Amino acid sequence: MTDDRTSPLHQLHVDAGASFTDFAGWQMPVSYGSDLAEHHAVRTAAGIFDISHMAEITVTGPDAAAFLDFALAGKLSAVPLFKAKYSLLLDESGGIIDDLVIYHSAEGEYLVVANAGNHDPAVAALTARADGFDVVVTDISDELALIAVQGPNSRAILEATAGLEGTGALAELKYYSCVGMTFGSGSVLVGRTGYTGEDGFEIYVDVNDAVALWNALVEAGADHGLIPAGLASRDTLRLEAGMPLYGHELGLDTFPVQAGLGRVVSLAKEGDFVGRSAIEGGPHERARVLVGLTTEGKRAGRAGYGVFVAEPDGVSPDNEAVGVITSGALSPTLGFPIAMAYVDPHVIEADLPLAIDVRGTRIPASVVPLPFYKRAAK
Amino acid sequence: MAELTDLQYTAEHEWVLVEGDVATVGITSYAADKLGDVVFVELPAVGADLAEGSIVGEIESTKSVGELFAPVNGEVVEANDGVVSDPSLVNSDPFGDGWLIKVKFTELPTLLSHTEYSALVGE
Repeated sequence: MTDDRTSPLHQLHVDAGASFTDFAGWQMPVSYGSDLAEHHAVRTAAGIFDISHMAEITVTGPDAAAFLDFALAGKLSAVPLFKAKYSLLLDESGGIIDDLVIYHSAEGEYLVVANAGNHDPAVAALTARADGFDVVVTDISDELALIAVQGPNSRAILEATAGLEGTGALAELKYYSCVGMTFGSGSVLVGRTGYTGEDGFEIYVDVNDAVALWNALVEAGADHGLIPAGLASRDTLRLEAGMPLYGHELGLDTFPVQAGLGRVVSLAKEGDFVGRSAIEGGPHERARVLVGLTTEGKRAGRAGYGVFVAEPDGVSPDNEAVGVITSGALSPTLGFPIAMAYVDPHVIEADLPLAIDVRGTRIPASVVPLPFYKRAAK
Repeated sequence: MAELTDLQYTAEHEWVLVEGDVATVGITSYAADKLGDVVFVELPAVGADLAEGSIVGEIESTKSVGELFAPVNGEVVEANDGVVSDPSLVNSDPFGDGWLIKVKFTELPTLLSHTEYSALVGE
């Protein structure tokens, strides 16, 4: 992509000394100095992320719920008002166009949040599928900024934020629920959602109020260990939490069940939905499945590295790859390397010893359940 | 720590401090910033013979992997154990305690001056 889009908060990040990376045509903060410090802040205190590059699409009208049941893999009609749901936008062949979070934001209204890199296909698919339904699909991505406050201190920070009215509801707000609040003269939608594996909130705010809200949150967070955090820490946080990233764990060539997302597809719901017949047929029985891998030492497997069957004596023959890593890093929280990988199912079922190839060196790998990290229950 | 203007540089974002026939080698602050927080460093062993331009080590951050290229032909006379045990030194003091290896060389190739390197990275 040639256009360098920037967030309405861009100048704040420049002033804060952020370094930037291109993400789906957007120049977004990758770090404000130390991605490790940002990662640890979210696990132990709080971090604030600008994720305004995400796409927001509203679906309104009498048929909104029925339309979403047809357009998406989940049963959105079963989502009560002010609840949110993770879902998938499938194509006819069962491949994943995008993974989404949908908020039932008002009576007869849903807010669909898509990945920045899938803005165009998500809007196109939803618009095309609206044919025959009494709904209006509106792309409001340019009108909204999205600020995420994540970490155990998040609630205290929102409650202390000057100008944010309605925070009394936060104490009772459940995970994957949302509530309307006001900031200044405008309304904001606050979801208890996130992409880090910690408690936290995502705040959808008018682009014109975004700078003031960011500043108010940062000011309130000063006493609670809040620091700005970039996409580098966001990636290691979501990886530890076992959350898939589109383009890595998910794609048009991935069936949901391969990614461990079979539960997200509601085959029990009435009526047809796009992708149903392909999903019912299922992927090939030899189709690779997503697993978690851990290794010893400090050298992490990275996206694209091969997974091999290891020989018992630790020496791997020059054999064929039985899988490929889709995301990997040295886990900042756990201290050892973690990775997600697609691996041949027979290898997993037979519990064969595995090794990953890290730039020519075979390192023994253990298959572990996802997520790698789960926050302690309160 | 030497003045940055006393150092020589490579296009692979390494710095070289020449003292007699020994070159001390590290990566520049520009390279360290681009990598992000360094979490793993692998260096060649003392006594290893290095061929100029070959990959002799790795500098790995949470998000990517950088390679250490030998800037000169020669023999490794010292590797910085401090940076192996505390890789964050590469970020906190890339031109000082974050040095990587010392190489005894016989002939020095043409390297970049501070002015030339600054122009290369646009600073």
